[in-house]
Amino acid sequence: MIYFDKVTKLYRDGTPALEDITLSIAPKEFVSIVGHSGAGKTTLLKMLLAEDAPTTGTVYFESTDVHSLPKSLLHHYRRKIGMVFQDFRLIPNKTAYENIAFAMEAAGRHDDEIASDVPHILDLVDLGSKGGHFPHQLSGGEQQRVAIGRAIVNQPDVIVADEPTGNLDPVNTYEIVEILKKVNELGTTVLITTHNKGVVDAMGKRVITMERGRITRDDAHGQYIL
Amino acid sequence: MMMTFKRILSAGATSFTRSGLVSFATVLIMTVTLIIIGALVLLSAVLTNTLTSIQNKVDVNVYFATTAEESQVLAVKTRLEQRPEVDEVTYTSRDQSLLTFREKHQDDVLTLQALDQLGDNPLGASLAVKAKDPTLYAAVVQFLTDDTAASSIIDRINYAQNKVVIERLSNAIDATQRAGLAIVILFVIASIIIALATVRLAIYSARDEISVMRLVGASNMYIRGPFIVAGVIAGLISGLIALAFFFPVTWYAGYAFSTWLGGFNLFTYYVVNFPFLFMVVVGSGLVLGSIASFLGVRRYLQV
Repeated sequence: MIYFDKVTKLYRDGTPALEDITLSIAPKEFVSIVGHSGAGKTTLLKMLLAEDAPTTGTVYFESTDVHSLPKSLLHHYRRKIGMVFQDFRLIPNKTAYENIAFAMEAAGRHDDEIASDVPHILDLVDLGSKGGHFPHQLSGGEQQRVAIGRAIVNQPDVIVADEPTGNLDPVNTYEIVEILKKVNELGTTVLITTHNKGVVDAMGKRVITMERGRITRDDAHGQYIL
Repeated sequence: MMMTFKRILSAGATSFTRSGLVSFATVLIMTVTLIIIGALVLLSAVLTNTLTSIQNKVDVNVYFATTAEESQVLAVKTRLEQRPEVDEVTYTSRDQSLLTFREKHQDDVLTLQALDQLGDNPLGASLAVKAKDPTLYAAVVQFLTDDTAASSIIDRINYAQNKVVIERLSNAIDATQRAGLAIVILFVIASIIIALATVRLAIYSARDEISVMRLVGASNMYIRGPFIVAGVIAGLISGLIALAFFFPVTWYAGYAFSTWLGGFNLFTYYVVNFPFLFMVVVGSGLVLGSIASFLGVRRYLQV
C-alpha cells in the first residue's frame, strides 16, 4: 500500500534528513515509528503527504509515485490520508462540528451526508454534546478527538498521526490510543510517530525505529527501544 | 459546483464575522484608503472646476474701427466661429459698447459730459473671443492678422498686452494638472499598498489554518474562496462607510467653501455624481479586497 523506495532527503547544507529509506506498509497495519527528535520521523510523514519531495528515491501510495502527481490532483490524493497532529491544528474559528464537516465539504460531500455523518463521528469520539464548542473551549484531549474525527470522517485508507499524544496527559493519551486502535480494527491503516514508550509497548504492533535519518530496527511485534 | 459556491460564500461570511478584531482592523484600514481615493476624486473635481473657471475668464477682445459696418463685423464673427480653436465669440455692437461705457461711468460726470460734447459715438464694435484652450489664442490672432478683410477694419486686438499673462496662466494650469495627477497617482498607490499589506497580514494570521485546509484535502479554490469572499465583504463595508463619510463632509464643504471655490458646490457634485463616486469608491474596495485576498492566500498554497 505504502512503499518508500530508497528515499533520501538532504537539507540545503547537504546534511541528510532521511538516508536510503526503504520501507513497505501493508493495508490494515498499525505501525509506530519511534526515534529521538531529529531522527527523521516527521520528514518521513511529510514525504508521504507530498508536503516535501525526496532528494532521491520514490514514495509510492497504491502504486502511484506521489511526487509525480500534478499540484491540481494533490488534494484528491490527500483525501485518502487522514492527518492527526501533535498540536491538533483545528481551525480556530470553526466549531468542533464545523471542523469535522469542513473535511467532508472539502471532499465535495453533500449536505445531507454531512448532517448524518458528523454527529455520528462526534459520538464515536465521545464528543456528542460538544459539537458547538470552538477549539479554545475544549481541553487538549477533546481537541485531539475532534482532530481524529476530522481525520476519519472521509473514511481514508490511512490515518497518519504525528505525535498524537505528545501534548496529552496519561488519561487522554489512553483514550486517543483506544480510538486509533478501534479505527485500525475497522480496517484503516494507521501510521503514528511517538515518543511515548507506554503507548508503543501496550500496542504490541509493528515498530520502526529511526536514528539520524536511517531505519535501525523494524520489528513486527516490537517494543520501544532506543 | 453550485453547492461549492454556496459553501464558499457562507464560509467567507462566517469567517469575516468570527474574525472580529482582524476584520475590524482590515475594514478600518481599507476605509481610510477608500476615503483617500474618494477625497482625491473630489479634489480633482475642485481643481478641474477652478482651472476651468480661471480659463473661462481669459479672452481676447477684438476692437473694430468706428467706420466698420455691422455686417462686416458679423462676417468676421462667423469666420471666427468656424475656426476649430475657437470656443465662443460674443459680439458687442457700437450702441451696446456706448451703453456699457455710460453705465460703467455713471458717477463720472466729467467723462459723460465729454462724451455728450463729442456728439457722435466714439466707440467701435467689438468681438470677445474665447479659445478652447489658452494656448490657442496666438493662432486666433494670427488668423485675424492674415485675414485681410478682417485686418482692414480692426482697430486693435488686446492680445499683445494679455499675451504674457495668458502664457503664464497656460503654464500654471498645465503644471497644476500634472502635479495634481502625480499626487493622485502617488496617494492611490500608497493607499493600495497599505490596504494590500493589511489584508495580507490578516491572511498571514490564518496561515496555519490554510495549511490544515490543504492537508485535509481541500482544493486551492475551496481554500482561497472564503478568503476572497471575506475580502470582498471588507471592501464593500469599507466602501459604503467611506461613501457615507463624504455625505456630511461634502455638505459642510459645500456650505462653507462654495464662495471660496468660485461657486463650486462640493455637496452638489457629490449628489449629482453619486453613481460615479459609488463606482470608484465601492468598486475600488471590492477590487482591493478581492485582489489582496487572492494574492495573500496564494503564497500559502505553494506546496
